[in-house]
Amino acid sequence: MAGVSTKDIKTRIRSMESTKQITKAMEMVAASKLRHAQARVENSRPYFEILYSTIHDIVEANRDFSSPYLENRPVKKIAYIVIAGDRGLAGGYNSNVLKLVQSEIEGKDVVIIPIGKKSTDYFSSRKIPVLTTVYSDASAVSIGDCFSIAKQLSKAFLAGEFDEIRLAYTNFVSVLSQTPASIRLLPLIRETTGREGTRPTDVLYEPDGETVFQAVVPEYLGGVLYGALCESRASEHAARRTAMDSATQNAEDMIADLSLKYNQARQAAITQEITEIVAGA
Amino acid sequence: MTGFPLKIVTPDGLIYDGQAEYLVVRTTEGDVGILASHINSVFSLGMGKATIISDGQRRTAACIGGMLSVMNGSVTLVPTTFEWSDQIDVDRANASLERAQSILNSGSASQTDLKLAEARLRRALVRKGVASR
Repeated sequence: MAGVSTKDIKTRIRSMESTKQITKAMEMVAASKLRHAQARVENSRPYFEILYSTIHDIVEANRDFSSPYLENRPVKKIAYIVIAGDRGLAGGYNSNVLKLVQSEIEGKDVVIIPIGKKSTDYFSSRKIPVLTTVYSDASAVSIGDCFSIAKQLSKAFLAGEFDEIRLAYTNFVSVLSQTPASIRLLPLIRETTGREGTRPTDVLYEPDGETVFQAVVPEYLGGVLYGALCESRASEHAARRTAMDSATQNAEDMIADLSLKYNQARQAAITQEITEIVAGA
Repeated sequence: MTGFPLKIVTPDGLIYDGQAEYLVVRTTEGDVGILASHINSVFSLGMGKATIISDGQRRTAACIGGMLSVMNGSVTLVPTTFEWSDQIDVDRANASLERAQSILNSGSASQTDLKLAEARLRRALVRKGVASR
């Protein structure tokens, strides 16, 4: 490191320190948002699970009714709901889910309903058809929006505009691990499990199974969508927290490294001065 | 009076988990009352007042959308929104009511906007009705 003046090193240390402050602040903001998001994920889960099990109970118990929601049509057009974040600097959060979708839609006729700015930008810049950009601000999407998206999509599905509806989001496994996932929302799949015996089959549906089913499906989709949104938001904050934590760590390492070099350079300058004085005397 | 286990879950979390003696909700077919030992059943919910009697105490709430299921004696209410009568934001309901009315009266709104406004109007009326009791 000879030849680099102590002044240069000092400037670099200073700039590194201000970067560290920024990443540290971002980490702390993400951590506090994560706490809220995590609580919301936990609050929304029971709703989601009860809706899911009821839907599947109805499907299992009523083998005789048919519903357009259960119909497997030849898939021509797929609607994809893609949930990503509004901002970057969150590690692989945005790119992971977008990459997953990109690999799945290759060569298929799809239309995207992006949620989040990153998702909107990604698909519109690649000229992939986008249904609406109303939801380009993921943090502003409310539960009411989720239900209206679900209602619109189930109507479009019934009208035959789409033959399949899929949802791509990021699963919040833990604070340290988030995995992108893509699930099929419609048509609903009949589960063929061997659990029939344990389920109550003599259930009264008011007015009848089919009508209840028809009314509950859009609710269920809205619930799933909201659940996925909560999961994604928690994942985003967790990913950002981790990314910023390691950025802070890196900045600290670099500062330590540079301080060492700064001290070496300072010592070298002093030694040189002494040598010059001694030689001159 | 014998009770039954009741759970009320919305997307915002678990609202009620405990014993209740009587539950009335507005389904798409009209009001339905649930007492202990009800037959296994599933109802889809409309928009309206829900009444719950537990420990002799009567509580009312605005309950909108979702469904009600009774399985082996335990009752699960899964509404889209559920607000106890004392937690309803009346000012917000009034504002929502006015907005909906102005859209409905404007005459220039599209079919979907009209439908949304109508639903909003009905929700606001339910909330106001429950809150004023």
